[in-house]
Amino acid sequence: MNRFKAALRTPWFGALLAIVVLLAVNTIKDPGYLAIGTNQTTGMMSGNLLDILRISAPIIMISLGMTFVIATEGIDLSVGSMMAIGGAVAMQTLSSINQPSSVTAMLTAIGLALLLAFVLGTVNGILVAVVGLQPFITTLVMMMAARGIARVITGGQNTNARNGPFNQLATGQILGIPTGFVLAIGIVVLVALLMRRTALGLMIESIGINPHASRLAGIRPRPILIAVYALAAVLAAIGGLFTVAEVMTVNPSSTGNLMELDAILAVVIGGTSLAGGKFSILGSTAGALLIATLNKTVVFLGVPSAATPAFKGVVIIILVLLQSDRVRSLLKRRTKSPTTPSTPTAELESQEALA
Amino acid sequence: MTKSSPSVAAGSHPIVEVKDVSITFPGVKALDRVSFRLLPGEVHALMGENGAGKSTLIKALTGVYEIDSGSILIDGRERHLTGTASAQEAGISTVYQEINLCPNLSVGENVMLGHEVRGWAGIDWRRTHAEARTVLARMELGHLDPRAPLSSLSIAMQQLVAISRAMVTDSKVLILDEPTSSLDANEVEVLFGVVRRLRDQGVAILFISHFLDQVYAIADRITVLRNGQLVGEFLVQDLDRTQLISKMIGKDFESLKALGSTRQKDMRDRSTTPLLAAAGLGRKGAIDPTDVEVHAGEVVGFAGLLGSGRTELARLLAGADKADSGAITVKGEKAGIGSPVAGLAHGIAYSTENRRDDGIVADLSVRENIMLALQARRGWMRRVPAKEVDKLVQTYMQRFGVRPNDPDRPIGLLSGGNQQKVLLGRWLATGPDLLLLDEPTRGIDVGAKADIQETVAELAEGGMGVVFISSELEEVVRLSERIVILKDHRKIGEVVNGPEVSAQSVVSIIAAESEELAEQAAQELASSDSTTTDTTTTDTTNADSASDGRDS
Repeated sequence: MNRFKAALRTPWFGALLAIVVLLAVNTIKDPGYLAIGTNQTTGMMSGNLLDILRISAPIIMISLGMTFVIATEGIDLSVGSMMAIGGAVAMQTLSSINQPSSVTAMLTAIGLALLLAFVLGTVNGILVAVVGLQPFITTLVMMMAARGIARVITGGQNTNARNGPFNQLATGQILGIPTGFVLAIGIVVLVALLMRRTALGLMIESIGINPHASRLAGIRPRPILIAVYALAAVLAAIGGLFTVAEVMTVNPSSTGNLMELDAILAVVIGGTSLAGGKFSILGSTAGALLIATLNKTVVFLGVPSAATPAFKGVVIIILVLLQSDRVRSLLKRRTKSPTTPSTPTAELESQEALA
Repeated sequence: MTKSSPSVAAGSHPIVEVKDVSITFPGVKALDRVSFRLLPGEVHALMGENGAGKSTLIKALTGVYEIDSGSILIDGRERHLTGTASAQEAGISTVYQEINLCPNLSVGENVMLGHEVRGWAGIDWRRTHAEARTVLARMELGHLDPRAPLSSLSIAMQQLVAISRAMVTDSKVLILDEPTSSLDANEVEVLFGVVRRLRDQGVAILFISHFLDQVYAIADRITVLRNGQLVGEFLVQDLDRTQLISKMIGKDFESLKALGSTRQKDMRDRSTTPLLAAAGLGRKGAIDPTDVEVHAGEVVGFAGLLGSGRTELARLLAGADKADSGAITVKGEKAGIGSPVAGLAHGIAYSTENRRDDGIVADLSVRENIMLALQARRGWMRRVPAKEVDKLVQTYMQRFGVRPNDPDRPIGLLSGGNQQKVLLGRWLATGPDLLLLDEPTRGIDVGAKADIQETVAELAEGGMGVVFISSELEEVVRLSERIVILKDHRKIGEVVNGPEVSAQSVVSIIAAESEELAEQAAQELASSDSTTTDTTTTDTTNADSASDGRDS
């Protein structure tokens, strides 16, 4: 019971609960929603759940990178455009090499895509950490610049390419689970090890909570900030690779468009405060899965595409409200003692808790 | 020095009268039945150390804080001040330490902001600027062009523009909160000229400053607060500097004298290479070039009032701020200490006076807070092994008796004294040669205070150099072997501790009106002490009595 209560209090629990609720709603509409079957012709597993995992891979990637940026009290608005960079470089490389079954071609494409994203992410980091520009402005400019660069790379066109191994990143399966999702989880585990087995995670949190105290304790903020922005860009580019691998085409104007907002939402739902500080990798991953589930549900329930953003907004605001301390204390007061009027002191306390 | 103006007639009617005002914050009584009055045509200085309640009183007068009990009478009428606007309407204007003006607007726009002259089509800028010119002329600032951008003026001129702006509404009360902290001597004179002019026009001026000399140069009366309570109201000529300081720090002469009798004898050999030596170390606007030395195993006290430069000097030694003149040698070798990282690399740890903003990392656990500086020394890749962390955490939590004894509790939830102990653990974990402690005992209870003082003495005995800074002079005198005395951003003297040195003698050096007097006072002390200071012999009986003195 105690453990259950502790789990209840973790922020990602809300995300998991919301996923379950959404799946339940879908199952009510179609009792066969959760079924997983096998495609007779290809021998691949198929089902809505697997679809959700597949489309969650890019969201998990950008949310992961965003987590650390937000933990340092920053924000990265350029991750959506970094997805376009990743996709554009990969597609352009594959189409100019034009070897439909070459693994080397795939690796070259991935390498070049990540390299360019790393360079642009480092630029973000230097502008924030060394020049001292606001993260919001810096990455807003990069959001426009990177999308422009993506367009220049593809010559303003949609670029198609054929490469079997690269396509497998999105459409393949490992033990029935989509390859993209398996890779994404693998990267999450690697990054989590990097953060928690070294002192990097601690230093990021320390800078996010109290930059002055951290500086006096001898932490150098600059290299850490630069690394955080570079990592966010590289992870976003990986997300872009997953996205374009599915259709083997990149549209430099729409790939990753507005995805930075999904990433920020996933991180906040996962319990990392926009004020910086303690971060939760598990929470952000759960948040990303929720966003993916939501995207699928909207289509499945037949919400008109014009109303989709509004529907998403409603679900997320409910979740965020349920996480707010003030709403929680209001609910608690209601359920515990419905007759007690709210006293000024209680009001004051909840305000302090918020602050 | 100006003579206090005789126009402050005893019979004149107070413009502001504060009666028995109390303000309570959670856990703290910030103002405890404080009464205070301000007469028209006087400059009234409000004095007190940190936490005395000066800023709370100002905020009550400007309507920022609501008063819990008591009353505020303005011009004889009781007023309920709800905010800056209602205070201004009541005739109270405030100029804060940081200039609250818009540098990108013109001088005239800044002066008239919110009081622009309106014509038939919106603001009439010509008349607005003309009006600004009149207001400026009243301050004898007629030579300023109202259309020039504010940013083209010096900081001092901007400060005067801020005062002009406060006087647009014909305020009867002007509150100047540390107006001179970023001005040089000539600029202060210009400012004082304006202040005197306003006083002669009948404006009541409340003046807050940490510079004693300035208070004596401009003020007619002084009100002293301590720990949220009123100590008293004095005419400037009835209260000399020594008396003022002892009123501010709350020790009368007798107890200051009594403390002097338990002083230890100096017995250190200072011919050896010092652990740290600074030559001509200074930073513009913070501390004038200063020489200072700390030997291994020695506790050096920095004594001075708030704003004297004691913190600024410590920050330069630790690399928390960059010096723009002078050099530091560590163990005889030149050391470039331009960042905290470099300071720690040279074995210098700095515990800040501002525990909450510069010390703790509130959401991290006690364990993480203790290991933070050590981890930073090792670099991010080499995480300090869990076993080593556990051992360090256990060592320091036990040694200092941190309560609650839970290393996983966020440090923000601990009491101030326990936070301070954890921070001491953080710095000691880096194994420093020199520990700079800035106000380590501020705002913590008596038990924790004694623990920390004991620790300081132990550390010095173990061979560490310690710089000890505290507003409580008797604490500095009790612990230190040598005391560096600072005032108005300058080192004004240095005394070797001995039976003749007391908190009072330190106060008298600080209070001495001029530099020569201070030097003279310091020399007198030095010469009376010379039999022990100039000889470099160490004798064991003295050493024993010294450690007794420190532990008491």
